[in-house]
Order: sequence, then C-alpha cells, then structure tokens
Amino acid sequence: MSAVAVHSLWTTAADPISKIDAPKIEYGQLSPTLIILGAAIIGVLVEAFVPRKSRYYAQLFVSVVALCAAFAAVVALASDGYATTKAGIAAMGAIAVDGPALFLQGTILLAGLVGLFTFAERRLDPETHGNRVDSFAAQAASVPGSDSEKAAVKAGFTTTEVFPLLLFAVAGMLIFPAANDLLTLFVALEVFSLPLYLLCALARRKRLMSQEAAVKYFLLGSFASAFTLFGIALLYGYAGSVSYGTIAKVVDGTITTVDPALVDTMGNDALLLIGAAMIVMGLLFKVGAVPFHMWTPDVYQGAPTPVTGFMAAATKVAAFGALLRLLYVVLPGLRWDWRPVMWAVAIVTMLGGAIVAITQTDIKRLLAYSSIAHAGFILAGVIATTPDGVSSVLFYLAAYSFVTIGAFAVVTLVRDAGGEATHLSKWAGLGRRSPLVAAVFAVFLLAFAGIPLTSGFAGKFAVFKAAAEGGAAPLVVVGVISSAIAAFFYIRVIVLMFFSEPRPEGPTVAVPSPLTMTAIGVGVAVTLVLGVAPQYFLDLANQAGVFVR
Amino acid sequence: MSFPLLTATAALPAIGAIATAAVPAARRTAAKWLALLVSLATLALAIIVLVRFDPDGARYQLTESHAWIADFGVRYELGVDGIGVALLALTALLIPFIILAGWHDADPLETGSKRWRPTQGFFALILAVEAMVIISFEATDVFLFYIFFEAMLIPMYFLIGGFGDRAHAGSDEKAAAQRSYAAVKFLLYNLVGGLIMLAAVIGLYVVAGNFSLQEIAEARANGSLDMATNTERWLFLGFFFAFAVKAPLWPLHTWLPNAMGEATAPVAVLITAVVDKVGTFAMLRFCLQLFPEASKWATPAILVLAVISIIYGALLAVGQRDIKRLVAYASISHFGFIIMGIFAMTSQGQSGATLYMVNHGISTAALMLVAGFLISRRGSRLIADYGGVQKVAPVLAGTFLIGGLATLSLPGLAPFVSEFLVLVGTFARYPVIGIIATFGIVLAALYTLVLYQRTMTGPVKPEVSAMPDLRARELLVVAPLVVLLIFLGVYPKPVTDIVNPAVKSTMSDVHKKDPKPEVEAAK
Repeated sequence: MSAVAVHSLWTTAADPISKIDAPKIEYGQLSPTLIILGAAIIGVLVEAFVPRKSRYYAQLFVSVVALCAAFAAVVALASDGYATTKAGIAAMGAIAVDGPALFLQGTILLAGLVGLFTFAERRLDPETHGNRVDSFAAQAASVPGSDSEKAAVKAGFTTTEVFPLLLFAVAGMLIFPAANDLLTLFVALEVFSLPLYLLCALARRKRLMSQEAAVKYFLLGSFASAFTLFGIALLYGYAGSVSYGTIAKVVDGTITTVDPALVDTMGNDALLLIGAAMIVMGLLFKVGAVPFHMWTPDVYQGAPTPVTGFMAAATKVAAFGALLRLLYVVLPGLRWDWRPVMWAVAIVTMLGGAIVAITQTDIKRLLAYSSIAHAGFILAGVIATTPDGVSSVLFYLAAYSFVTIGAFAVVTLVRDAGGEATHLSKWAGLGRRSPLVAAVFAVFLLAFAGIPLTSGFAGKFAVFKAAAEGGAAPLVVVGVISSAIAAFFYIRVIVLMFFSEPRPEGPTVAVPSPLTMTAIGVGVAVTLVLGVAPQYFLDLANQAGVFVR
Repeated sequence: MSFPLLTATAALPAIGAIATAAVPAARRTAAKWLALLVSLATLALAIIVLVRFDPDGARYQLTESHAWIADFGVRYELGVDGIGVALLALTALLIPFIILAGWHDADPLETGSKRWRPTQGFFALILAVEAMVIISFEATDVFLFYIFFEAMLIPMYFLIGGFGDRAHAGSDEKAAAQRSYAAVKFLLYNLVGGLIMLAAVIGLYVVAGNFSLQEIAEARANGSLDMATNTERWLFLGFFFAFAVKAPLWPLHTWLPNAMGEATAPVAVLITAVVDKVGTFAMLRFCLQLFPEASKWATPAILVLAVISIIYGALLAVGQRDIKRLVAYASISHFGFIIMGIFAMTSQGQSGATLYMVNHGISTAALMLVAGFLISRRGSRLIADYGGVQKVAPVLAGTFLIGGLATLSLPGLAPFVSEFLVLVGTFARYPVIGIIATFGIVLAALYTLVLYQRTMTGPVKPEVSAMPDLRARELLVVAPLVVLLIFLGVYPKPVTDIVNPAVKSTMSDVHKKDPKPEVEAAK
C-alpha cells in the first residue's frame, strides 16, 4: 500500500465524529419489511412469555396479521406510484423501492402466507397422546429416538418457533431482491438462509434424514455465502464502493475518479470479472441452477414438506429477483461477458434438471429436479436483457410459486403409517381412491409441464418469447426440447395415479383442515386463472418491469 | 352485438362436459343421457352455423374478435371458412354416434371408491375433446389454435389410457400395461410435436408481432411482411412437424396403431375421424396461408412422404391380424391421400382432400364402430377368431361390408368421389406420384375384402355361432352413417359447394393456378 493510501485512511478515521449525520430512513417505503421483522420479534417474545398451550394460536395470529399487513403495505406503495413514477432508492442507498422489488415482495408475501397455512396444518398426523401435532419435531433439541424425545412427544410439545423463523426468512427474502448495495444483499442472504437451514432440520418424522438435509444445506449454503462475500470484497476492490449504482458507473466508465486507498486494485478487470462471477455463483446456488444444484434434491426430500414447498417457491422468487437486479443494474456493462456464461448455465440447467428427473422414484426428489429445470427456463428469460425479459421472469416466478406450494401441499396429504408416502410406487392408483386429490395434483403437474390453459404455459410462453426477442432463439429450442423431456416424467406420475391398479396396502389420503385446503385451493385457482386470463397479471409485471438505478 | 354462434358451438360441449362430470356417482345413466343431449344440441348449433354460412360470401364468416392476452399479441378470434365449416359439421355429427356407440363402454366393472366415477368421466372427456376440436376449427388466431391443439391431448390421453377394450385377449394386467403404453406414446408423440410447434409459434410472433391469421396472411400477400427464406422454412417445418405427427404422416405415424388398437372403438373413431382431422385441417389453414413459399419449397418432400404413407399404411394393413390395428393402418394410408391432395396444390386436389376428410370421418366411423360391436360380442380383436359371421348376424355383416367398401373407395360411396378428386388433382401436376398412389387403392381392396372374407364368410366358427345381430341402439348408430355414405357418394354437391370457394382462396394464397393439362403434359 502506498503512502498516500495510508494517509487517506488515516485522515478518514481522524474526521470528527460530529460530522456524521443520522441516516435518513424512509419508514413508509420500507414498511413491508419492517412489519415482518417486527412481527418476527413479537413471535420470539411470544415464545418466551406466552403459555405453551396458547402459543400456537398466538403465533398463527401474529404471522397471519403481519403477512397480510405487509402485503397491504406493498399494495399501498404500488398504488401510490412507487412501482413506477415514484420509484427510488431508500435507506441511504441500501434498498431500492421500485417495480420489480414491490412485485416480488408481493409475491413472496403471498407465497409466505400460503406457505404459513401449510406450516400450521395440524390434522394430517393422528393425534398423539391426545395432542394435535403438526409436521414439525416436538422438540428440536432432543436426540432422535431418545427418551427426551419421547417425553417431549408425550408432553405434547410443538415447535411453534417455526412461525417466527418463517417470518425472519420472509423478511430476508423481502430485502434480497430490493437490496441496492452488496452488503445489504449479503445481510439479506444470511437473514433468510439461516432460518431456512433451521426449518429444514425440524421434521417430525424421519428426523435423521431431515437433520442430514439441514446439515448439507447449511454446509453448501455457507460455502455459497462465502463465495458471495469474497466476490463482494473483490468488487469493492474494483469499484471502491458496494453501492449498485456506483459500481455500474465504474463498470461503464462514467466514474473514473480513483479512491486513493484502492489505487492498486481499482479498475482491475480481473477483480471485476472474478468478483462478479463469485456473486452470481452464490445467487445461482440459491436458485438451484446446474452446476450449483447438488443440494436441491437432498434438501427438498429431507426437509418437512411444508418447508420444502415454501422454500422452493419463495427462495426462488427472492434469489431470481436479486440475480435480475445484479445483472440488470450492476453489470449491464458486462453483458457481453456474462451472457455466454449464463447461456451455458441455462442450457445445462434446463437439460440437466429434466433428464435427471426421469430416473427419480421419490415424489419430492422428482419435484426438486423439476424445480431445477424450471430455474433453467427462468434463466432463459433473465438472459433476454430486455424489459420484456424482466416482466416475463416476474410473471413466471409468481405463477410458479403457487403451483409449487400447492403441489407440495398435496404431497403432505398422501400418507401411510410412516408419515408421508413419498415413494412414487405408493402413489399407484391414487386416482381411484381419491379422484379429487389426484385430479388436483394432475393439474399442478400439467402446469409444471407447461400444458396450455395452465399458468405454467403462460409463464413458459412469456419467458421463451422474451428470450426469442432478445436474440436467444437457440435457448428457446433447448427449452422446448427439455420441456418435452420433462413432460415425460410428469406424465409418468399421472399414469401412475390414474392408470395403475391401487395397491392393497397403499397410502391413505388425509383430510386436511381448511388451512391446507386453502393453500391447495389458492394454488389451483391461481394456476387456472393465470392460464386462462393472464392479461391483468402480465400488465402488472410489465408495469413493474423497470429497475430504478 | 350478434349472438356469438361459434363460441356457443364450442362452449356448449365444454359446459356439458363439466355438467356431465358433476353428475353423482350413482346416476350413471343420467350422465349418459346428458352427454347425448348436449352433443345433439351441439349438432343443432352446428347445423345453424352451416345454414348461416354463405359459401360465396366473405372468406371468414360469423367472425368474433375480442381482446384476450394483449401482451402476447393474442386475440380471441373465431371465424369459419368453407373448410372449417365442413369439418365443424363433421365433428358435431360424429360425436352423438360416438357417445351412443360407447354407451356401455365405461360402465364400472369393479367397485372402486364411492367417488370413482368412470362413466361420468368418459362422457365428459368426449365432450371436452369435442369442444376443443371445434374451437380449433374455428380459431383464426394462431395462438388460440395452438392452445386448444395442445390442450386436447390431455382429455384424449385419459380416454385412451383410462378406458380400454373390455374384450382384450390376454390377462387384465397385460392389457392395462399395453393401454397405458399406448396412451403415453400418443401423448409424448403429440406433445413433442406440439412443443416444436411452440418454438415456431414464438418465432412467428418475433417475426410478425401478432398472431392474427388474417392479418399475417394479408401482410404476407401485399408484401408488407417479409420473411427471410430460411426463417420461413424453419417456421413452416415447426408447424408442419406438429401437424404431421397429429395427422399422422409416415414416419411419425407409429402412435396411431397403438392408440387405436388399445382404445375402445368409439374412442378410436374419435382419434382418427375427429382429432386427427385437426392436423390435416391445420396444414391447409396455417401452413399454406402463413408460409406459402416454404410450402411450395417443401412440396416434393411432403408428397414423397405422403405416397410412402399411402403404400406403407396399406401394405401393413394387409399384414395385420388385429381388426382395429388394420383400420388404423388403413387410416394412415388415407391420411396419405389427404396430405397428398393438400400439397398437390391444385384446386381439385385440395377440394378432394377436404372432402376426403369428411368422407374418411364417416366411413371410418361406420367401419370402426361396427368392428367395435363385433369385437365386444366375441371378446377378441383377432381376425382369426372370427368366421362365418354373416350367417349368424347378417345385418352386422352387411353394415361392416358397406363400411369396408367405403374404405376401399367403391364408386357410389362417398370416399370414391374424394379419392378420385385427389388423384386427378395430383396427376395434373405430379403424374408419377399420382400413379404410384393409385396402387394404394388396389391394396385397399385387398385388405378390406380379405378382412371381410376371413371374418364374415366361410364356415361358422363355434364361438360366433350364438352371436346376436345388431341391437336397436347399434343400428341407430350405423344406419345414418351408411345412409350418409351412400348419399354423399351419389350427390357430393352440398359439401363441395361449401368447400370449393375456400379452396380457391387458399390456392390464391400460395399463388398457384391449376395447370393447364396439355401445356404441363407437353413439358
């Protein structure tokens, strides 16, 4: 480090403290996130002070109210023009309040609300010792199979901590796509990842598998976070700032002043390329794109199914939101560098997810690989680098998340003595035993497969159209081919449900409470409405398709 | 605003499908009657469409146009030309017969869950297919067409896989496995075709900016929309591939024998007489109008494939031991004729092809439905299991013979007129192709007559000696079809009058004029 740089650091540190102004926070614009964070903290207090018997209801009440209030706040902000004309940057440059952010926040909140209903379901498992139980471990800290676990079950403990954990995760996800500097991005990433790691470990049945899933997710996830953080450091070295706007300007050469402290590193393209690649890698990990997808099947399979559904939907929304903002706001100047790489990632993700899914025999793993293939389709829209690309991705994410939560909610219903019967062979003949449940699941599968008149088709058409217009016609062809491959395994499940003879000792379908019914019903309704009359929502996504810079 | 007649013809069976599906489990018969009444009401609407349609009027009539998904450039646009109206009428006509013929096909054998309602499902699915097929014949928006072209696979898939022939030789489990194989094969072939078409549909949007058939065709005609030669060819291939799978054209035909063999006879009729027609119809309407230059470019290759279909389908039909598969291969041969007629690019050829679609629908329905009645009596699809049926059940044998003779295009029966027109139309421009295709007729005589001889004549086999003749319901299905076959064979003018003006417009789209016979011959 040169003498000048040292001097500069020294003088910065020596500045009188009185000169620092209090940060200006736009509480109104940040209200959705603040509501959720506040409710999460209330949830923690509920855990501490409310008697065990009434915690479940208190937590459910707090969470539902918070998610609804936050959604109302998002709608209010959007109708106030913050999605379009008044879009701006809040919290001293840390958070963007613009169309994509609000659209994705609304989607995440709704997905969180529907996911919450599946979390709160307590009618699927038979009552143990006279207590209703949900999908979560009686006491997370007790060793599986130990006496303390039995005692916890007998005492009727439930892990009501899942509600504040869900809220914290939602709060992190709300910030993630809105983050407007790299540090906020990283903090948001951790805020939503840590609760998810925990939630994955909390399954009531098959606890070891659940814990294994959580450890895998945590280890790989922290690797990805570390990569992201390293990338952030390198980008800071390149641009001398963590703010999206400033980095973008440095990248395209509008800002040329060199921070004297960073005179050795600023403008070094190697730092820019490696740093950007590492951050993008961390985000691709979260969306589950090949080759960063390895965690997906294990975690999806091991985690409690309501968590899987929520995670599959909301994480994808948040992570794609962050990826879009990063690529469109920070790195548009690098487009010619990242597009070929993203092309390759999209192609292997679409094909890889679809091909490997064919061999799966577990419904949750199957849906995991299907989610990988879908990540590939969404990437095709990301690559378009047009406003149409943004809005098509937004629409796809909204459509996809409700199908996913609905599908996983159906998975929770099909049960045998060992809990959920996730092995595909057990689903044989489900269409004869419970035509309605099988028909609903078939609707979700057809939506995943992108059959017309479902939301899956509208979404797929939107991203492929954007990709074709953005000059990525070969990606469309690959997408179409992998859709055809993917159709094969969705159809296979339908064949199994409707055309196979039911097994004599097959699973039963639990009759859920209105909570899960709502989740599934919302899923079906959204799937059909977005499939038949998507125009209103496409308009919303279009209006929301512009990032503030 | 006038009454949306075309929407109604599609909406009525769609609503009927939902209503039929909702009939309680115990009221099976009510569901059947409901489905039949809905299909008859749809037929009545189709007749109104037919009456209101003026063959010499505007090209697309009874048009409806509403905004739908502006973002994708998609409008809800319906309209029928002569070709569409003819096929619409054919569909509406055949569905009541299909329902009536399948009256007992979906009666539950085993007692499953109380909520398991196969009968309701069967008839609801047939009506759903009818609704989707009808709207595909009416759609003048490419995207709207595509949506229903794809979506109709799903009810069709459940019809094939869910309701097999009771009368299958061999164990139940094996039959179920074969059936679900056939259903999956059907779905995957058509889905792949459809997805490749999806890429072309998106490509068309990128090039043209909207999906309106009329707008694009107009822009193509007056030169305001210019497509690069290669783009046009790729898009044409994307569309044609999907239609060729559906039609089906050799070598994309292999799903048809499986599907028709495993499905019940009424469903097999639904596949070949109704659903597959969407493929050939779409070639005429979309391939030729949207991509005239590419269509001309591809004509030689397509004609060769069509001729292969004709000969190959007929040869394989000769070799079949299974009655239903025989009819399936015969259909492949006939679809070869239809496609040949379309791409011969002469007005006789295309008129003949359209007429052929109608006639093939009626003749195959007659043959296949009678074959279905025969199979349900004996419990076997194998030709070798029959013999001497005409002595036991003369009416059944007689109607079977008429269906068969129609299939081999005997003069005096309807298919003769269309086959003749197709051959004349092809010969005028491509004499060699026309001559080879003529051998298809000879082979048709072979497979039909041999089928009749082996099943109906000769000594009476002990297993068929107690076979009852056609019952009243069955007669009600077959008699009108036979009457139609004879009527349209003697007097095809009602259909040709409707079809001809539409064919003329299509011909002008591809800038083709009929060759003057002597000039072409001299060259």
